[in-house]
Amino acid sequence: MNARQRIVQRAVKEIKDGMNVNLGIGMPTLLANEIPSNINVLLQSENGLLGIGPYPSETEVDADLINAGKETVTVVPGGSFFNSADSFAMIRGGHIDLAILGGMEVSESGDLANWMIPGKMVKGMGGAMDLVAGAKRVVVIMEHVSKHGESKIKKSCTLPLTGKGVVHRLITDLAVFDFTEEGMRLVELADGVTIEEVTKKTEASFIIESSVLLN
Amino acid sequence: MKGKVWDTFDEAISDIQDGATLIVGGFGLCGIPEKSIEALKNKGTKNLNIVSNNCGVDDWGLGLLLANKQIKKIVASYVGENKIFEQQFLNGEIEVELTPQGTLAERIRAGGAGIPAFYTPTGVGTPIAEGKETRFLDGKEYLLEKAIVGDFALVKAWKADKLGNLVFRKTSRNFNPIAATAGKITIAEVEEIVEVGELNPDEIHTPSIYVQRVVLGKNYEKRIERLTVVSKEG
Repeated sequence: MNARQRIVQRAVKEIKDGMNVNLGIGMPTLLANEIPSNINVLLQSENGLLGIGPYPSETEVDADLINAGKETVTVVPGGSFFNSADSFAMIRGGHIDLAILGGMEVSESGDLANWMIPGKMVKGMGGAMDLVAGAKRVVVIMEHVSKHGESKIKKSCTLPLTGKGVVHRLITDLAVFDFTEEGMRLVELADGVTIEEVTKKTEASFIIESSVLLN
Repeated sequence: MKGKVWDTFDEAISDIQDGATLIVGGFGLCGIPEKSIEALKNKGTKNLNIVSNNCGVDDWGLGLLLANKQIKKIVASYVGENKIFEQQFLNGEIEVELTPQGTLAERIRAGGAGIPAFYTPTGVGTPIAEGKETRFLDGKEYLLEKAIVGDFALVKAWKADKLGNLVFRKTSRNFNPIAATAGKITIAEVEEIVEVGELNPDEIHTPSIYVQRVVLGKNYEKRIERLTVVSKEG
């Protein structure tokens, strides 16, 4: 398994039976295919759909039915359509149980940066700022270090923020961290990964959960 | 009384003047008022202020107005699919106000609902909070965001009746119903116009009061940005 597959496999465990879930564009979208069939969830798409189904067959394709990534999709039985203001009322109003988003940087105080790199063309934040401000639980998934080997988990983010103190859990290819009032806590290590490796590759300070120390 | 149904798009958009503010429905290329946009391109109206979640692609949707240099400013949440946009932005030919998608939707909704501004948790502590009033309510910080009202709203619906009641189809609804409420004049283009009384009142998404003009569009292109299909396994 490569790093991204490891992240997806771990992240899918965050999705519990009965939840309403928003999966961000990119790596989070891949989780949809990995949800076990005994877990019933409704996937929300911020363009106005609760109950995203699988991709359509060629004969089912409908230009009027897309997800937030502008991909053609289907709708599950029990799904519903609504306008964009209602969609974000759902999101901002705390009705979405879980939002899983990609990240560029996360800080030790749970800040997230994932929409803009100064000096590069700014494409826009889409719905990300609303999702992190309003979902009941925000989980960020990203690779632990950048292509250049730099830690993406910072003392404070260097990139412009998407949200301040909004992340509840961070899942990387090496570890899982929770953000608590006492600070960032290392709560899980990926298979074969040591505390030493995580410490070396993490710029942020973190507390090590006793259960991790005991293993 | 002159009816609301107009014969041509050219007529329906003929009083949109240079410098007008237009709220345009659609998400990506889904549910965009493609015929009204084409008519505006042909009319050549300049210095438009566009409020829309996205700005089309290079050769379709609002991208047509960009390519024709008809847009002065755009308020949007995501403009990533457009190279012409990027060039004009980097050359300083176009002004951009990036707004979180939910804030954009609520600004439009508020505009249509007579609410001049509202507090939202979205964007607190981020670059979009710069210069905006903030306030703590029950211990949590919020940003003040202002409503948007348009001189015109351009929307796309599936069906209308001759009074202007609208029904949308699937996710092509998106920003269209709220845009319809926030235009001083709302022009709805539709795939089918039915007689008054044929739409079930329980199933009308946009009541006729919000719609001033209805135009029947033909041969909708409905371009797909990302065609994703599953192949039937044999």
